Amino acid sequence: MNPDFLDFEQPIAELEAKIEELRHVDDTEINLSEEIRRLEAKAQTLTQSIFSKLSSRQIAQLARHPCRPYTFDIINLIFTDFQELHGDRTFGDDFAIVGGIARFDGKPIMVIGHQKGRDTKENIKRNFGMPRPEGYRKALRLMKLAEKFHLPIITFIDTPGAYPGIGAEERGQSEAIARNLFEMVKLRTPIICTIVGEGGSGGALAVGVGDRVLMMQYATYAVISPEGCASILWKSADKAPEAADAMGITATRLRELELIEQIVPEPIGGGHRDFETVANNIAEALRDNLRELRLESADSLLEKRYQRLMRFGQYTETESD
Amino acid sequence: MSWFEKLLPSKIRTEESTEKKAIPEGLWHKCPACKSVLYRAELERNKDVCPKCNHHMRIGGRKRLDIFLDAGEREEIGENIAPIDILKFKDQKPYKDRIAIAQKNTGEKDALIVMRGAVHEVPVVVAAFDFRFMGGSMGSVVGERFVRGVDRAIQDKTPFICFSASGGARMQEALFSLMQMAKTSAALTHLADAGLPYISILTDPTMGGVSASFAMLGDVQIAEPRALIGFAGPRVIEQTVRETLPEGFQRSEFLLEKGAIDMIVNRDDLRASVSDLLAMLQHKSRPTTLHDANAE
Repeated sequence: MNPDFLDFEQPIAELEAKIEELRHVDDTEINLSEEIRRLEAKAQTLTQSIFSKLSSRQIAQLARHPCRPYTFDIINLIFTDFQELHGDRTFGDDFAIVGGIARFDGKPIMVIGHQKGRDTKENIKRNFGMPRPEGYRKALRLMKLAEKFHLPIITFIDTPGAYPGIGAEERGQSEAIARNLFEMVKLRTPIICTIVGEGGSGGALAVGVGDRVLMMQYATYAVISPEGCASILWKSADKAPEAADAMGITATRLRELELIEQIVPEPIGGGHRDFETVANNIAEALRDNLRELRLESADSLLEKRYQRLMRFGQYTETESD
Repeated sequence: MSWFEKLLPSKIRTEESTEKKAIPEGLWHKCPACKSVLYRAELERNKDVCPKCNHHMRIGGRKRLDIFLDAGEREEIGENIAPIDILKFKDQKPYKDRIAIAQKNTGEKDALIVMRGAVHEVPVVVAAFDFRFMGGSMGSVVGERFVRGVDRAIQDKTPFICFSASGGARMQEALFSLMQMAKTSAALTHLADAGLPYISILTDPTMGGVSASFAMLGDVQIAEPRALIGFAGPRVIEQTVRETLPEGFQRSEFLLEKGAIDMIVNRDDLRASVSDLLAMLQHKSRPTTLHDANAE
């Protein structure tokens, strides 16, 4: 089994391995190009068919795909002149959240995002993209910096959640997240949040309050991971597929429920197959939204941001008992 | 029978009524901390705090408001807001049934009760969680009632107080519940803009999404003794870090030591402490009824 492919991607992996093999055959006697073309077409059809009927659970797997584009990949592809800024000025620098100033279409912006690692070593450094309080406090520091210098804020969300550790609790994980929610509501500069991979609960929301919230086609956003939800409500983590369905964690479902503004399409086979297309699609979405938001006064921006949050809720109200 | 109960399948109704009969209200209550057997009437007089060991037992939201607010005029806010199951969420039990059972057991429509009243004649709006209602979990109704409470405080130019007791966000409302964290925090920005105090009182337990939003945003952070307060649950942390947690981890005293809260106040002293804090924050003289506080 190819570790770079998910279980349901394995048939595609096998076909691609075969194509690769044929390409390396040196025999000039037989013309293999015809066969390669045939297999490529087959791989394309197979990918399309697999990706046309993904379950919520499979989308959750894609959102966590080890080859998925991460924040730095996206930053490098769509921004120029990125300069990373470090530290919360109080305790330390959390590598699970990164941020800095860059140019987007030539104009300065502040970018902040969760960062996962590609290998074990980097994952340990980045704590698998699970921030501690100092990470959220760094993010807030950068957001306030952005406000001061009138830079729009672009966030990329990709985290399993805030880190559940002893030190994180001691340093006020709850307060750090709460403070960000409170402050983001008030920042007098446009904020666009894009969930690019895993939108893991409060750990995601802490950099996820904005004027527009976008989601990549195969990203997920949920109050708890399907596994966590299943082990609490079903008393068994094996029920994760059921939990994923019940919660409605996919971009399509959340758009239907009007909890997000826009879905950013991914290439056939998922974002990990083609970073360029992902980057172009994100850039286009950011460009469109930013153009609209730049036209708003800060007061109007804040009022709409507030009303957007007030809309969220499903309840009934009777006149009297 | 209310309209809601009429809607229930008969199975649930009978199941509930038999369950209730099985646990009669006892005359005696055993303190879960020191195991002393306490006379219930005495315990009630003592606001559900063990007279032997000062263990602060969990109390319902309505009772909380009743012992905290002055006896005078009170007005409930958002009492007509009730939960609905928009997602048709079903785990081992449909969410609809869980709501019905919780409503039947608590007599409340949801886990947060909000009231306008006064504490030592300082006018306030107070919200209180009922942990018995699905673990005090925060869904859309909790969020909306919280916001209405804050709005009312702004309208009446009064402080806002919240007693938290919650396991966190309500999973059955999925992302709607997560969004309540942002919604409630947003409301507090308006309260702050209006220059009105917000006192957050953390009671046992205050965890997850409630802890990581309005519960930690108080101008003054107060906790009852020995309350469990944190973001992640102790079991989750233990599984993640694979070590035993230090003694008293995530308890009020631990939070005070780490600088996360301002003070720990006994339940019996909350009225006096909070009313005087509010008076000072609002440049008012010491509440005149305060010297009687010990006689309460």
